[in-house]
Amino acid sequence: MIFLEQVGAILWKDVRYELRSKQTWIGMGLFALLVLVIFNFAFDQRVDNKAAVAPGALWVSFVFASLLGLGRTIAAERGGGGGGGEGTMERLLLCPVDRKAIYLAKLMGNMLFIGVVEIVALPIFAALFDVPLFTGALIPIVLLGTLGIAAVGTLFSAMAAATRARELLLPILVFPLIVPVVIGAVRATGTLLVSVANEPPWLGLIVAFDVIFLSISMLTFEYVIEE
Amino acid sequence: MSTPYSVYSRGDPCGRPDSDHPALSPPYLEVRGLKKSFGLKPVLRGVDLMLCRGERMALVGANGAGKTTLLRILAGLTKPSAGTVCINGLDIARDAQQVRRLVGFVGHQPYLYDELTVMENLLFFGHMYTVKHAQERASELICRVGLERRAQERVGTLSRGQVQRLALARALLHSPQFLLLDEPDTGLDQQGSELVYELLKEHAEQGGTTLFTTHNLERALKLSNSIVTLERGRQGLSQQGFTGDCVPCAGLGVSPNLLL
Repeated sequence: MIFLEQVGAILWKDVRYELRSKQTWIGMGLFALLVLVIFNFAFDQRVDNKAAVAPGALWVSFVFASLLGLGRTIAAERGGGGGGGEGTMERLLLCPVDRKAIYLAKLMGNMLFIGVVEIVALPIFAALFDVPLFTGALIPIVLLGTLGIAAVGTLFSAMAAATRARELLLPILVFPLIVPVVIGAVRATGTLLVSVANEPPWLGLIVAFDVIFLSISMLTFEYVIEE
Repeated sequence: MSTPYSVYSRGDPCGRPDSDHPALSPPYLEVRGLKKSFGLKPVLRGVDLMLCRGERMALVGANGAGKTTLLRILAGLTKPSAGTVCINGLDIARDAQQVRRLVGFVGHQPYLYDELTVMENLLFFGHMYTVKHAQERASELICRVGLERRAQERVGTLSRGQVQRLALARALLHSPQFLLLDEPDTGLDQQGSELVYELLKEHAEQGGTTLFTTHNLERALKLSNSIVTLERGRQGLSQQGFTGDCVPCAGLGVSPNLLL
C-alpha cells in the first residue's frame, strides 16, 4: 500500500511539475507534428503505397517525440531548488522509497506524457495521410508499443542522465534496443490498413518485448540510479 | 587497552551490547575505517567516529577535507570504498532503507523542487517518508522556519536563505532521530542562523543526535557539545563533552584551545 502511495506521489509530482514548466509536452507535441508534416510532403502519397508509408511515419514520429520526453523527465530530477544538482535523483534517493516505486512512477509518467502527444498526433496523422486508422484495434498496438518504448527509455534515460553527453547518449542507447518493438508496432499498424494472410503475430512480439524489458528494468533500475 | 569501541565489536559491525558489559549501550553512530576514493584520488583515508544518542557533533575542516563526502556517505547518497557505518545499530549498507528513515539531511543542495510550492514540496516529501498527518506537520514546520507567508509560492521564487530554511524544514519533516547538516547556516542571515541554533537545541532536547559541518569554529563551539576536525580525509583533533553532555563517548581529550 505504501509502495503504491509513493508511486502515486512521485507521479503526481511529475505531472504537476510538467504542467507548470511545460517543457516536455510542448516540445514533444511540436516535434511529432513536424515529423508528420515533413513525411507527408516527402513521400509520394499514392493510394497504393499509403499503407506502406503511413504506419512507418506514425511510429517514427512517436519514437522521436518519445525520446525528447524520456530525456526530460529524468533530467528534471537533476538540480533545482536554487542548486545546480550534484547527482541524478538525489532528492528521491534520500527518501526511504523503494527504487522500484521510482521506476514505476517514472515509467507511468513517461507513458502519460507520450500518450498525450499520441492522442494529439493521431487525428492530425489521420487527416494528413487520409487513412482510416481510428479503429479499436489500434489502441492495444499504441498502448503496448508505447509501454515498450517507455520501459527501455526510462531505464536508459536514468543511466544517460548521469553522464555529460546525456542528450546524445540516450538515442544511441535506446534506438537499437527498441527496434523489435518499432518493427512490431509498424507492421501491426500496417495490418489494420491492409490485411495480409499469414502475417506473424506482431502484437505477441510487442507483448513479449514489454514483459522482458519491464522485468529487466524493474530489477536493474536500483543499480542504475545508485552510485 | 579496553575501550568502548572494542567492547561493542564482536564480529558483527553493528553488534549488540556485549553480555559482559550490559550497562554499556552501543554508540548511536559508529564509523570505522571509513575510506572513500574518487578514481585514484582518496578523499577519506580511514575515518573512525562515534556519537552518543543526543550528542551534537561539529565536523570542522578546510575546503576539500572530506566533510561533505563523509556526510553524504552517512546520508546514504554515496557508497564508501571501505569501512563500516552503523547508525542506531543498523548497517548503512545492509539496512539502507531503515537508516534513511532515521536520517534528516541538509546538504549543499536543498533537495527541493523549484516548480512546486513550499507546501507542495513538504507534502511530497511527507508522502515519501510516510509521515502521518503530513499537512499539519508541514504547516507547523513552515511556520517554524518563518515561511508561512510564502507557503503557496513556488520554491523557484524564494531567496537563497528562504530555500535553506525550507531545506531545514524538509529535513525535519519526518522527525528524524539523526540530523546531518552540511554547513546549515549557508545563505542565512543572523535571524536564520539563530533559527538553526534553536532547531538544533530542540532536536537535542527531544533526544535527537546531530552531526554538522562548519568552517566557523565559533559557531561550532556554540552549537555542538563535541568537535572533530578533518584534515585531508583523516581525523584530526577531537574534543568531546566540553559542555559536559556526552561522557560515555569521550574522545582524545584535546583542549578546545588547541582547536582555536
